Amino acid sequence: MTLLEFDDVSITYQSGQGPVPAVRNVSLSLSLGQTLGIAGESGCGKTTLADSVLRLLPKSAQVTGHIRLDGQDVMAMSFGQLRAARWAKAAVVFQGAMHALNPVQRIETQLAEPILLHEDVGGQAARARVGELLEQVGLPASRAGDYPHQLSGGQKQRVMIAMALACRPSLLIADEPTTALDVMVQAQVLDLLSSLVKQFGLGVVLISHDLSVLAGACDRVAVMYAGRIVEEGAASDVFARPLHPYAKALAGAFPRIGDQAFRYAPAGLPGDPPFPGDLPPGCPLHPRCPIAIDACSTVEPLLTRHGDREAACHRAGEVLV
Amino acid sequence: MTATYGADRSALETRALEVEFRTRSGDIARAVDGVNLAVHRGEILALVGESGCGKTTLARTILGLQKPAAGAVYVGGEKLSYRARDLKAYRRRAQLILQDPSGALNPRHTVYEAVAEGLRVHGLHQGEEAKVADALSRAGLRPPERFYLRYPHELSGGQRQRVVIAGALVLDPEIIVADEPVSSLDASVRGEILALLLRLRDELGLTLLVVTHDLGLAWNIADRVAVMYLGRIIEIGPTEEILAAPQHPYTQALLSVVPEVARLDPIVLTGETPDPTRIPAGCRFHTRCPALADGTAAAAGVDQRCRTVELPMIAVDGLGAGHTAACHLVEANAHR
Amino acid sequence: MTSVSTRSIVWARRRRSWKQLGDQFWRSRTGMLGLAIFVTFAALALAAPMLFDSSQLDVTKATGGVYESPTARYWLGTDDAGRNVLALVVWGARISLLVGLCATVLSMFIGTAVGIASGHFRGLIGGILDRLIDWFLVIPFLPLAIVLATVLGKSLLNIIIVIGVTSWPATARLIRAQTLSVEGRPYLERAKALGAGDLHQMTRHVLPNVMPLVLANTTLAVSISILSETTLSFLGLGDPTAVSWGTILDDAFSTGAISAGAWWYLAAPGVCVVLVVLAFNLVGRALEDILDPREAAQ
Repeated sequence: MTLLEFDDVSITYQSGQGPVPAVRNVSLSLSLGQTLGIAGESGCGKTTLADSVLRLLPKSAQVTGHIRLDGQDVMAMSFGQLRAARWAKAAVVFQGAMHALNPVQRIETQLAEPILLHEDVGGQAARARVGELLEQVGLPASRAGDYPHQLSGGQKQRVMIAMALACRPSLLIADEPTTALDVMVQAQVLDLLSSLVKQFGLGVVLISHDLSVLAGACDRVAVMYAGRIVEEGAASDVFARPLHPYAKALAGAFPRIGDQAFRYAPAGLPGDPPFPGDLPPGCPLHPRCPIAIDACSTVEPLLTRHGDREAACHRAGEVLV
Repeated sequence: MTATYGADRSALETRALEVEFRTRSGDIARAVDGVNLAVHRGEILALVGESGCGKTTLARTILGLQKPAAGAVYVGGEKLSYRARDLKAYRRRAQLILQDPSGALNPRHTVYEAVAEGLRVHGLHQGEEAKVADALSRAGLRPPERFYLRYPHELSGGQRQRVVIAGALVLDPEIIVADEPVSSLDASVRGEILALLLRLRDELGLTLLVVTHDLGLAWNIADRVAVMYLGRIIEIGPTEEILAAPQHPYTQALLSVVPEVARLDPIVLTGETPDPTRIPAGCRFHTRCPALADGTAAAAGVDQRCRTVELPMIAVDGLGAGHTAACHLVEANAHR
Repeated sequence: MTSVSTRSIVWARRRRSWKQLGDQFWRSRTGMLGLAIFVTFAALALAAPMLFDSSQLDVTKATGGVYESPTARYWLGTDDAGRNVLALVVWGARISLLVGLCATVLSMFIGTAVGIASGHFRGLIGGILDRLIDWFLVIPFLPLAIVLATVLGKSLLNIIIVIGVTSWPATARLIRAQTLSVEGRPYLERAKALGAGDLHQMTRHVLPNVMPLVLANTTLAVSISILSETTLSFLGLGDPTAVSWGTILDDAFSTGAISAGAWWYLAAPGVCVVLVVLAFNLVGRALEDILDPREAAQ
């Protein structure tokens, strides 16, 4: 059953310089037991999308389209329903979560907080659950009495994941969960996430700029650029044979070790990702795109189907980029 | 295109280098625990390892920003002296590119001032503007005049890193040490910066020491790779060999967990890197070594040595580009 | 292409940031109110000789009656010697403001220099400076003032010295904390890697980043200095021949103005002190908000 659904969602912020379209016409869906990856860099709208699921956006943000959590429209929920949904239906592990731990509180106090807020249990029961959660994320329960500075980066990330699981949600959204971590710790965290999916049948949305991580950890991946989805399909497929030039550039930024094609040949795009408030006309990628044609600067390409994948590029079907 | 090994002297060398820190609790952390390293002129050497392995400390010591507890740094064959004047002269030959370009630039200084700072510090006022313009152009910021009065917060991440690179180039150094030069940049922007570094090596003959935890980066631009663990170099050799056919179990494990390296089965090491105040006896990696855990070492008869016999530092092999791994198992197999 | 140099760039940058500061300050209501009050007092102080002849301060040349209440002739009444209280207060502003500003300059100068140095130099020098700050911090204000007045005699200069010596440590501690946080930033390391010496690091990198704090602190320190001067003069430790708000208050007390019901004699200088202190606090608060490093360092 569909756990999470974005139905033609657009989100616009109000800023001092006018409206900023952070997300434009995004449609995605996720079922229980599946892992969906969202790939993109700064300014592409992925964090906005993640925040919108639990209505964590600033009040001035305008949302059109529908965001459905377990069939219920999130924007139409009453505050009471929203409060119940937050953390108990869906939980978010935020970007830079490791730094979100209060340095003067012990881990168990911080982990117990959502439990005490949502469930009608006493301190004893909460403490027992905290121990359980720590074990689930691979940390010994004895660490509950530690302060955040006594933990390493990887351990802190596990604590954040434990915190997200505290109220037994069915949906977990992880925003850049492995970005600041070493490759070995990253592997441990990804392993943990996949074991949690297997154990609890969770639905997981994994957000990252590292397409290679998503290719290995997710079933499907959607690549975002300038607020829109530019390619979507099976994760390893999109990574190995991208149709969209941006997806190709993103994949190329994480070279395949052992592949001579990447030797002394760093792949990237010139220029920088655009500010969402300042998008070029036509396809937002065209100033940086290696295969841009005239049509690209005037007409924005729509997401079109190519086999079992979708890509938003005028030249997607022509040649495997 | 490979590096041309020029004169018979390496650009940089460290001999038995040791760097210690005292932690708050009074323990001694041996961040660099005996390193022999030679960086050849005109080559790009990648120093890889996880956080806490000592690679940043090693790089800072090579630059003279940190004094070693033992051993020495040799620049162009001569021992590095820590007298203020000598150190300052050395600064003109070896420059640093930091990880986070937003932090590396003083938010109150304009781009021009940031780049000209090196010249000002060394009293090189003649033709300052021309040198600044040249450095900015070389770093890819053209036309340079457009950037003189800009502030760092007005630039994108990629542009800021270029400003930092320009600041390093303006002194015409021979050696550049880059500490995670692209890790805080957007993925699609990294390629350009890496291509710039390659171009600087090719066109200016710079020697580059790149410190990174990203093996893909090493595969992209490095001639040789040195792998560090807990303060020692445990494997070193040409990139193709280290990354495509690693010998040391640690390197093998690291490579196996890089996503989409489909050839190797993932070996996820348990636990975290032990801390540098308590370096294990024998081979420092033996507490997490998969080869020891699964019996391979025992089968080769070296398991006792792994636990008790410390491995010597990897010797500097002169100009050679040999592949060496500090591992009892590798040694045992080689002798077979 | 006009010739560009680091110096011209630096001046262009400085002009721009001062202008930006000015624009933001203009928009701050509290700041502008505080500034207006200060400017009024400063103008009065500067114009004192033109407004009231200095003979009005002379006890022997007093023209009014004793303790006359405020009338159209004497807006703030007269004191026990018949002097025009308004003249006293306006002339008093000169000394109070002057001492306040001088003492502050002294204190800020020492405090900033020592604060930056103790934050920058670690090891022996830093340790010595830390201890120095701590030592001076605990010197009690009043006893020192009394001792100095006794030893050196009563004068305005001594008051300035006393205030300067006792208030610089608080500034130094603040600056030191800010210096420590700046020292940890990567651009300091980059400066070292470029070959910059200690002086360059402190003046070109630490000082500009600490300046906003120094500025905001200065305005607050002025109000403290003025209060201190008032206190010391009130206690009779200042120059008895000088007229400042503190000495006026001292005179008022010692000549029994309260029991005589001459409220204007006490209220006038008191209200002035309060207003000026308020003015500097408002300006200091406005500056703090504008110069908040979190906003400046984006």
